Amino acid sequence: MNIIDNIDKENMRDDLPEFIAGDTVSLRIKVVEGGKERLQQYEGVVISRKGGGVSETLTVRKFSHGVGVERIFPLHSPKIASFKVIRKGDVSRAKLYYLRERKGKKARIKEKR
Amino acid sequence: MAKGLLGKKVGMTQIFDEKENMVPVTVIEAGPCVVTEKRTEEKDGYQAVQLGFEDIKENKLNKPKMGQFNKYELKPKKYLVEFRDFASDLEIGDEITVDIFEEGEIIKVKGVSKGKGFSGNIKRWNQKIGPKTHGSHFHRAPGSIGAVDASRVFKGQKMPGRMGNEKTTIHNLMVMKVDSERGVVLIKGSVPGAKKSLVRLIGLEK
Repeated sequence: MNIIDNIDKENMRDDLPEFIAGDTVSLRIKVVEGGKERLQQYEGVVISRKGGGVSETLTVRKFSHGVGVERIFPLHSPKIASFKVIRKGDVSRAKLYYLRERKGKKARIKEKR
Repeated sequence: MAKGLLGKKVGMTQIFDEKENMVPVTVIEAGPCVVTEKRTEEKDGYQAVQLGFEDIKENKLNKPKMGQFNKYELKPKKYLVEFRDFASDLEIGDEITVDIFEEGEIIKVKGVSKGKGFSGNIKRWNQKIGPKTHGSHFHRAPGSIGAVDASRVFKGQKMPGRMGNEKTTIHNLMVMKVDSERGVVLIKGSVPGAKKSLVRLIGLEK
C-alpha cells in the first residue's frame, strides 16, 4: 500500500482551500477549443464530495438559463486552474442531493457565521 | 526479439496523463531480475532466457534447487520463469530493471486470474438470469443441456464448474510511467491476478 500512497501523493495538489458541501465555489477550468486553450469560469454550490485520495471528486450545481446544471470534477485535476471558495454554507448534510428537487427561494443555502 | 520482466501486482490507482486526463493504472513492482539460465538453439533447440525474481533465504530452498544457484554463484531467487526469444546478448548473472520499458510503449501482461471457485452458468458463461417473480421457478439454473434424441450431452456444453485461477494474457496495455527509483511500472488498465500475485511483463525489443 505504501507504494500506491506515495504515487497518489505525487499526483495530489496541495494548493486547494478547505471546503465542504454547501459552500459556493468558483472554478476556472482549462478548456481546449480548436487547438487553443482558454479558461472557463464555473460557479456553483458544492453538493457532494466523493471518494478519497487522488480519486476524490466534487459535484458543483448551478442554474444556467433556468436549467439546473451539475458538473463533476476530479478534485486534484490539473485542469482546474484556480479554485476559490466564495461563500461558506451552513448545512447539516454531507450530500445535498435534495437541492435537485428545489428551485428559486427554496434552493437557497444559509451562510455560515 | 522480446524483452520481459517479472513483477508483483501492488494494486490500482488513478493518475493524470500529459493531456491532464484522469487515467486508471495498475501499479506493478517489477524487477530487478537476474538471468539465471540460458537456452540456446544448439543445445536446447530453442532460444530463451530464464529470469529469477525476488531474493529468498538459502534455507528455504532444497538442495537440487540450490544446485543451479551454486553453479553460477548467484543469490537464490524465489521465482524462476523462462522467456522465449529473448535478446541473446544477455549473460548469466546480468541484471534487468524496469528501465527496459519506456513510457507510451505497448506491452502484454501475463498472470494468473483470481480464482472464483465452483461457479454457476450466470457468472461463468454470462448467461441470463430467469425472472425472479411471477411464480417463476427458473432463476439461475443452466436450462436445457440438449435434445432428447441425441441421448447424450455434446462436448463443450456450457456447465457450472471451476472458474478463474488460470493463466491469462492481456494484450495492448500501455506503459504510462516507469519509475526506476522505486522499481515500479504503471500500466494503463487492469491486469490479471490478485494483489501480490506474480505477473510477467512482455514487450517487443526494437
